[in-house]
Amino acid sequence: MKHFEVLGTGCKKCVTTAESIERVAQELGEPVEVVKVTDPAKIMEYQVMSTPAVAVDGKVVHSGSIPDHAKIVGWLKT
Amino acid sequence: MFEIFTLLANWLTYDLMGLSPDTKLGTSIHFFIEDTTKILFLLVVMIYVIALARASLNLERVRSYIQQKHRMVGYFFGSGFGAITPFCSCSSIPLFLGFTSAGIPLGITMAFLFTSPIINEVAVIMLWSLLGWKFTLAYIVIGMAVGIVGGMILDAMKGERWLKDFAAKAYQKAAVEAQSNPSDIEVPEAPKLTFKERHQFAKDELKEIVGRIWKWVLIGVGLGAALHGFVPDNWFAENLGSGQWWSVPAAVFAGLPLYSNATGVIPVMESLIVKGLPVGTTLAFCMSTVAASFPEFIMLKQVMTYRLLTMIFVILLANFMVVGWVINTISPWLFSGF
Repeated sequence: MKHFEVLGTGCKKCVTTAESIERVAQELGEPVEVVKVTDPAKIMEYQVMSTPAVAVDGKVVHSGSIPDHAKIVGWLKT
Repeated sequence: MFEIFTLLANWLTYDLMGLSPDTKLGTSIHFFIEDTTKILFLLVVMIYVIALARASLNLERVRSYIQQKHRMVGYFFGSGFGAITPFCSCSSIPLFLGFTSAGIPLGITMAFLFTSPIINEVAVIMLWSLLGWKFTLAYIVIGMAVGIVGGMILDAMKGERWLKDFAAKAYQKAAVEAQSNPSDIEVPEAPKLTFKERHQFAKDELKEIVGRIWKWVLIGVGLGAALHGFVPDNWFAENLGSGQWWSVPAAVFAGLPLYSNATGVIPVMESLIVKGLPVGTTLAFCMSTVAASFPEFIMLKQVMTYRLLTMIFVILLANFMVVGWVINTISPWLFSGF
């Protein structure tokens, strides 16, 4: 099972990002775990400067915007 | 070039709605239609064009540019990048920590964050179309000065002592590393983008920015229009006097509880100036509304102690007042057109 972390200090876009990952995963029938990370110290450890950002299994794959559908599918499939 | 918007407003207000240009309602509605159509048109065109140009600018590159510079130059770069970098206030904290953990001094990071809400392409476009280039230039200079001076004062007071522990530690660690091998910093290469990618970026930016600010444009211009039609010319000058010293702090405090972005305030500024409020007082009001917002301070609380937050707050307010007083003093020869 893939472990997704949505990094962001709690703005609306971060919530949307987490929701769309869950929705796409459901569409594809992939089991996932999505966690929202709001702790600034943790976000700093990931060295992310623009949020929302997404980390898959502890690796940052995206930052600065709500990821589009195709991108999310890509993370789920690989 | 912009006559078409005046003609459109003439036609809609006087012909279609049958209002008279001599009535208060007529002038207000005319002002509203002319300005909203003109501003929205300019915004759509300019946001797209500017986004095309800056599609390859990202925060990582900005950060390494600033790191490479001498400290004094750093303040100017911090503030300058704050002005041109697209940046949503919900990213304040990650940006702050990204800069701090790279060893960039607190004052330079804050110069970025102070200037960012005051100057952006939307504000510049609106100022230019409503108040002319002279005023726009003055606004940019002042906005940057507020950031640069604010940052310098903060560093002179050694504000970094009152960062939250984890942020202070990250800063110190990076500062030590930077001293041992200063030539280590490299600016990441700009991503090479095809025109199609740039277009996609610009289209997304346009959708995002216009989606976020169109309400503010309507509210701002609506308020401006009401002031325009219903408050007699020079009302402020006659009732508040022209440029009493206390009008500046009064304007700064009046602006504090109002939370708006630059888009909403600028149309109101224009009307205030036309109605005789001194230019410096108007600017102080605008900056206080835009740059000192409580939501922003609540966010910064995550990385700063109350002591540091209070310091920043006081420095900002003092800066706004100085701006107001200085501009009121020099505006007679600076803006002889008004």
